[in-house]
Amino acid sequence: MSVDKDTVRRIAKLARLAVPESRLEPMAGELNGIFQWVEMLGEVNVEGVPAMTSVVAQKLRWRQDKVTDGNQADALMINAPGGEDHFFVVPKVHE
Amino acid sequence: MSDLTAMTLAEARDAIRAKTISSRELTGAFVSAIEKARPLNAFITEAAENALLTADAADKRIASGQMGALEGLPLAIKDLFCTKGTRTTAASKILGNFMPPYESTVTQNLWDAGAVMLGKTNLDEFAMGSSNETSAFGNVINPWRAKNSNVNLVPGGSSGGSAAAVAADLCLAATGTDTGGSIRQPAAVTGRVGLKPTYGRCSRFGIVAFASSLDQAGPMTKTVKDAAIMLKSMASVDAKDSTSVDMEVPDYEKLLDGGIKGLRVGIPREYRMDGAPAEIDALWSKGAEWLKAQGAEIVDVSLPHTKYALPTYYIVAPAEASANLARYDGVRFGYRAEGVRDITDLYEKSRGEGFGAEVQRRILIGTYVLSAGYYDAYYSRAQKLRTLIKRDFEQAFELCDVLLTPTTPGPAFGVGAKTSDPLEMYLQDVFTVTVNLAGLPGISVPAGLSENGLPLGLQVIGKAFDEATMLRAARAVEMAADFKHSPARWWSV
Amino acid sequence: MNAPIKNKLLKGETGEWEIVIGMEVHAQVLSQSKLFSGASTQFGAEPNSQVSFIDAGFPGMLPVINAKCVEQAVRTGLGLKAKINLRSLFDRKNYFFPDLPQGYQISQYKDPIVGEGEVLIDLKDGETIQVGIERLHLEQDAGKSLHDQHPDNSFVDLNRSGIALMEIVTKPHMRTSEEAAAFLKKLRAIVRYLGTCDGNMDEGSMRADINVSVCRVGGYEEFRRTGSFKSLGTRCEIKNVNSMRFIAQAVEYEARRQIEVIEGGGTIAQETRRYDSKLGETRSMRSKEEAHDYRYFPDPDLLPLEFEQSWVDAIAKTLPELPDEKKARFVQGGLSSYDASVLVAERELADYYEELAKGVDAKAAANWLNNEILGRLNRDGLSITDVPVSAAANNSIIQMISDKTISGKIAKDLLDIVWTEGGDPRAVVELRGMKQVTDTGAIDAAIEAVIAANPDKVEEVKAKPKLAAWFVGQVMKQTGGKANPAAVNAALKIRLNLPDEG
Repeated sequence: MSVDKDTVRRIAKLARLAVPESRLEPMAGELNGIFQWVEMLGEVNVEGVPAMTSVVAQKLRWRQDKVTDGNQADALMINAPGGEDHFFVVPKVHE
Repeated sequence: MSDLTAMTLAEARDAIRAKTISSRELTGAFVSAIEKARPLNAFITEAAENALLTADAADKRIASGQMGALEGLPLAIKDLFCTKGTRTTAASKILGNFMPPYESTVTQNLWDAGAVMLGKTNLDEFAMGSSNETSAFGNVINPWRAKNSNVNLVPGGSSGGSAAAVAADLCLAATGTDTGGSIRQPAAVTGRVGLKPTYGRCSRFGIVAFASSLDQAGPMTKTVKDAAIMLKSMASVDAKDSTSVDMEVPDYEKLLDGGIKGLRVGIPREYRMDGAPAEIDALWSKGAEWLKAQGAEIVDVSLPHTKYALPTYYIVAPAEASANLARYDGVRFGYRAEGVRDITDLYEKSRGEGFGAEVQRRILIGTYVLSAGYYDAYYSRAQKLRTLIKRDFEQAFELCDVLLTPTTPGPAFGVGAKTSDPLEMYLQDVFTVTVNLAGLPGISVPAGLSENGLPLGLQVIGKAFDEATMLRAARAVEMAADFKHSPARWWSV
Repeated sequence: MNAPIKNKLLKGETGEWEIVIGMEVHAQVLSQSKLFSGASTQFGAEPNSQVSFIDAGFPGMLPVINAKCVEQAVRTGLGLKAKINLRSLFDRKNYFFPDLPQGYQISQYKDPIVGEGEVLIDLKDGETIQVGIERLHLEQDAGKSLHDQHPDNSFVDLNRSGIALMEIVTKPHMRTSEEAAAFLKKLRAIVRYLGTCDGNMDEGSMRADINVSVCRVGGYEEFRRTGSFKSLGTRCEIKNVNSMRFIAQAVEYEARRQIEVIEGGGTIAQETRRYDSKLGETRSMRSKEEAHDYRYFPDPDLLPLEFEQSWVDAIAKTLPELPDEKKARFVQGGLSSYDASVLVAERELADYYEELAKGVDAKAAANWLNNEILGRLNRDGLSITDVPVSAAANNSIIQMISDKTISGKIAKDLLDIVWTEGGDPRAVVELRGMKQVTDTGAIDAAIEAVIAANPDKVEEVKAKPKLAAWFVGQVMKQTGGKANPAAVNAALKIRLNLPDEG
């Protein structure tokens, strides 16, 4: 498995990262270095080994169904780079 | 007292309780030390004014006899903890001037105990790094310099600002977070104590997430006792964090001096690595002898999957990070790029301009390993490896009570020395990362100096939720090492 | 089980085609607060007023699961006769969209809380069809983007962000647009009976994505036999159909479109389409053209969701009687299968009917409900929950009809009175003297009066016995409608000496 320029472009698109064209090739090289190193995991026989889903032996805690939060539209908006009348504003989205 | 800032947390606490010093005096001393130490770039945000006001309030409570466990004690907070009303940056441009409208549980616990916040410390961007060189606010300089050298060294990372602040006496103690070694490694290379608790011991609520299944907050202190005191206040069972574990937090300080007679200390043979500097191995052997001399039993143990830990980490952590960092999109908070064509452009430019190179690299790695066709080969396999790594520890802990290992493969290195090769940088965490993958507690204790006069640490690893035993062993290392060195204060002359 | 397929085929240019339909229904869980935060779920609040920092994806925020939502999902699973999984996982589904603040939706991918189940649907021709349920899982709803407020910008409201949804996925077991609509109706009835979703499609509490494909005759049977999707055609997904009426239209259009494409030599591309109710057609969703890669992985902020079988059993004990069981009981009580299925479609209607039918003839009660009560509700634009006359009051009217206290005609007048003016029907009957007259003396007197006033008609009726009806009418008029028509008939027959079969 080798990462090429197009793969970096595709991954960057999925991750919504603008990677300049000139960075694609070097980035592919860097990622390849890392993935080649990671390849060593292939040596290990993992048959029958369960994938870890939680590192602690603990049951998921459940919350009571009560309204305890909200009514803070002002606080929600103070950090918003675009905000109007308690709405977050983005360039027009075409669905 | 001549230099209040040189006190340990325990000493300062006792002095405040004895009313020989006030919080105001103490806080004032740190405020001016911080000002003088700006060349270290340990803080992103200084909070002198607030600190002094909080100190005054603490003094009032002290006068009225209402004292919290940390009443009036000035601390530094890694700038990954959200602090209500104080800018929180994660050392990233993308958070802009984010002003959290809420407080992280860990810091809230500290304030509830009466502590004073001196400011927010520098770190690697989103805690991704081992040298504090990925910060958007500039790198932190290690207070330590090699013998006969004035070359600037890195303080380790990602909690490099906290480490430097504790090492340079800019605070009594600091908070850090540790995802792959980010508390223990910088503590080791700055000659201080750094403790990563068991996963689930400290709440993650309000801490900017890097890799949720690995992140854990912990203290960075001058002594093991201080770490015990800090951990008691930082830890809690938190209903706001589903992974916070329902388990009582013991009084670690009380349990500290029980001695280690009969304690079984495991020496994992796989940590003896080819090409590791001889002085690291030598220090490690010395550490084992120290413990043996105090009555511990030294046991040879095996952690067979050790060499897979780092590559496993570099799949799991970036995968989780790629999702955790998706919320930084320029819509509700943080940096938003100008002059965008449409929503996709807004995302791509805001994120492309807002995240630094290392963060982008890890987002790309994480996105790749989760993408269609690669999930099984990478992510799923890595999570299976994690199960195996955890089992290794479980088996080892049938033979011993704690493990002793080196903390880092070497002392602090020069600024820029490892930035060109990400892999070489990643290897900094080779001894610490296993503990995160298995969810265990680990502590680094300063144990000696390298040939060129730089601090080195030893790591004690405990069983899950048995920080108390781990701290006792760490205390034993500390006593035997009797590490009294401190950096020359070259920055304030 | 399934009827011959003949009536389920669509005719194309080149022969007949089968339609195969599956559905993914998003049903909003009835709960006070959201799936992972304590913000309210109330509909129609001010923008961004019901949003926690968790719902808005702020730094350092963590999800904590709402116990009620888990219970509601289990309850629904039980109502769908489905397998409840005692261990399930939450995954992150990663994609970027302004109404998705975290940059991922917390959903359940490989290990859902509920597994396979089934729903029975009744069709108009009396056929009953079993639709398999593939799974049900819990997930977060997204926020809402408003596009018509500003020429260049969209406005984002996160009130809906993080509300719990149940995504219910069927097997491709539906064959006609009627079946698809009937399924959704039935599902809606079940969740409303269970109290797990309000089923309000106008407010978006229930939305359906419909998968439609077509295949040559026999393909579906082969699929059922082998389980191989290869025997079915390529499916298209029609997104977010939010009205019962549009479901049938959308399916119908889409199936015809696919047949035309295939018969024209083309192939169907697997894609997402949207139904435009104004134009009555489905259209490809342009913005979804980019290949999706959701990069699902277990959410590390949450541990596996686990509970005990005993807890599931305890919930099962609190389940109400569901439409199928209720219908069976109604049928046993004397109703036709069709009447019963109409009544059980709405829990409120069924409840009303049950009270209405207490101690009276089931069929009479059903007729009264269908003809009189529903007719008036329809006329007034009201629903069964707004009915102005209680079931108990109507029950007493039916009783008065059956014990002949009032006539059927008077009963309708009586209902009109209490409908608009209120009051106890029995008291109104007393007060206004609406009681049926069965006293033969009074009836005879009225007959004599009518005969005296109409000697010509008396002659006429001898030749034309059918004219007797006219006499009945006159006598009823004379008695103000209160005479028992049967008694009037009998008395007239004797008095006018009419043959028996009139």
